[in-house]
Amino acid sequence: MAVRNIVETVAHTLREEMRRDSRIIVIGEDVAKIGGVFQATKGLLSEFGPERVIDAPLAESSLVGIAVGAAAAGLRPVVEIQFADFIYPAMDQIINEAARLRYRSNNGYHCPLVIRTPYGVAPGGGGGLYHNQSVEGMFCGVPGLKIVAPATPYDTKGLLIAALRDPDPVLFLEHKATYRAVSGEVPDEEYTIAIGKADVKREGRDLTVIAYGLMLHQALAAAEKLAKSHIDVEVVDLRSLKPLDKELICRSVRKTGKALVAHEDCLSGGIGGEIAAVIMEECFFHLDAPVMRVAAPDIPLAPYSRHLEEHVVPGRAALEKAMRELARF
Amino acid sequence: MITEITLPKLGESIVEGIIGRWLKKVGERVERDEPLVEVDTDKINTEIPSPVGGYITGLLVEEGQTIAVGTPIALIESDEREEQSDPALVTANGKSNGAVEPPRYSPAVRRLADESGIDPATVVGSGLEGRVTRRDMERAMEQAVEQAVEQAMEQKAMEQKAVEQKVARLFSGDEVIPLTSMRRHIAARMCESKRLVPHAWTMVEVDVTKLVAYRRAIKEEVLKREGVNLTYLPFVIKAAVEGLRAYPILNSQWDNDRIVVKKHINIGIAVDLNDGLIVPVIKDADQMSIIGLAQAVHDLATRARTGTLRPEDVEGGTFTINNTGAFGSIMSAPIINYPQAAIMSMETITRRPVVVGDGIAIRDMMNLCVSLDHRVLDGAVIGRFLRLVKNRLESFDASTPIY
Repeated sequence: MAVRNIVETVAHTLREEMRRDSRIIVIGEDVAKIGGVFQATKGLLSEFGPERVIDAPLAESSLVGIAVGAAAAGLRPVVEIQFADFIYPAMDQIINEAARLRYRSNNGYHCPLVIRTPYGVAPGGGGGLYHNQSVEGMFCGVPGLKIVAPATPYDTKGLLIAALRDPDPVLFLEHKATYRAVSGEVPDEEYTIAIGKADVKREGRDLTVIAYGLMLHQALAAAEKLAKSHIDVEVVDLRSLKPLDKELICRSVRKTGKALVAHEDCLSGGIGGEIAAVIMEECFFHLDAPVMRVAAPDIPLAPYSRHLEEHVVPGRAALEKAMRELARF
Repeated sequence: MITEITLPKLGESIVEGIIGRWLKKVGERVERDEPLVEVDTDKINTEIPSPVGGYITGLLVEEGQTIAVGTPIALIESDEREEQSDPALVTANGKSNGAVEPPRYSPAVRRLADESGIDPATVVGSGLEGRVTRRDMERAMEQAVEQAVEQAMEQKAMEQKAVEQKVARLFSGDEVIPLTSMRRHIAARMCESKRLVPHAWTMVEVDVTKLVAYRRAIKEEVLKREGVNLTYLPFVIKAAVEGLRAYPILNSQWDNDRIVVKKHINIGIAVDLNDGLIVPVIKDADQMSIIGLAQAVHDLATRARTGTLRPEDVEGGTFTINNTGAFGSIMSAPIINYPQAAIMSMETITRRPVVVGDGIAIRDMMNLCVSLDHRVLDGAVIGRFLRLVKNRLESFDASTPIY
């Protein structure tokens, strides 16, 4: 078993799957010659050649469009959108083509496409408005699309393999602040983690925190701190944002009676609202407090100024405060 | 506000007490925690402190009366500020200028209220601004279940009492002795043990000639130096705890559908009193030397006879040793101190002819008898245990350290 960080795990898993399945191609800006700006496709060009590892022009709509066609024709394309902030030109291709091809063709075609993209704020990275966005809220209402957002190397490998073998389009979100900051043991053998399955990363009985990506790690750290005040927090890692693991979410909330949803995406229209609604519908009579949300305010993320960035991007301190409040309720 | 004072629970398995002497009169003032009344129970005699400060407005029970735990015994006009008022109402009052709003409960609390029939208004809230939380309700439900179980057990005990009707016909000259609380307690415990536990019994004889000589040689010195009379009991306890360490299954109890082996070795010793007996407990007896055991025995026996045992002195026993030899008995079949799994009695030491090798010698002989819970233990393990205890006792001599 090797210890890898998340970006190494992405590169390693892509290589292994490309060796296994010659239909897999990688396409994106700077993915070939320089191995991706984050090095998530490092070494793929030299091993698999320019026919399978393709540098694309700065034209997201075209490169997703090409990939949709390739997928429909039998390949298994992996598109890298360099920063999630750059995905908007491809919205039409993702929503109108990839996500509804199976439905539109009455099951005649399908679109086994993986779109990988780094999202979220790299704290202190100075990325400003165009390199820090979280886009998941915008895609969660798109039928036909699956969305995953792993937070650990183990889950990254298992979910990436599952996404590569899925017959339908998967948006694969990688929090860029976890790329090198989060390491862990990754088994050498291949395994998959079912898309749509969440995971309890820490058991507790007083309240449930539901998070993913970088926020999961913040929640775990805050939970450790609260444990010193004898507040016993359960932390659920969503892993998949669509479909949601309603069963596990509700099992946890029924146990604790209190739920807090945390994401770095903006509050309004974020996935936290959807999860809160699910909890209200499915476990109302187990609730002992209103469902709380910790999220970014409804402003463009993130300010260039480091101090403003710290002020608006929710982190461990905001989580800890909300968790204490909920525990006290 | 008038506070009703009830007889508190004074220890494990104590369900009633006798009001001994009132230390305050009606109209007198009593401070919080000041002794109010003396109470005798099965196990201890103690003073009950007043839980509140104020003036006594009524003493509800006469001296000498036997009453159940929880019975009201006194009324005190308390002048302390009321601290535990209903916080939900206080909050509502504070917000609405006197008009009381009904408190609001979370869905979880309302569900639990429906399921359990417990009115959340009767539950003290620990949440924000005194809100009744789900956890508060769960605790209240647990308490309600415990209370229901206790009530059911009391009910059953009452029914049983009714069944045990008096059968003695009284003739002139017959004397009727009313039961003391201790007598009643002993009767209940013995019946319980005999009813629940299938007793088996076994005995070994032990040649304690060397031990007798050894004790005789050192007892004067021990008395002088330690102030305790060195009896055979500490030696028997010492040998027994070594046996219990080797065969921990004897230090256990039957628990419905399982057996619980106790970690601590706490030896109960039966102490005879004028009008009954009590079994104080030597905690962690396996950690003590022979002198330590002698001192513990002396201390507990003295305090048992002067009525100054504390509740914890009579709790937690895991194995009992009974010195029936003190009455001259050479053989006895003790009743197990339920829920323990076994009890051992040491019988009187007699000098008698014994076959030693091919000859007959006069030896000091003692019998050890064990009653065992046959659900937990079988003859074979008792045999091994007794062989070890016997070997130890027979090996005690001048080389045995007593410290």
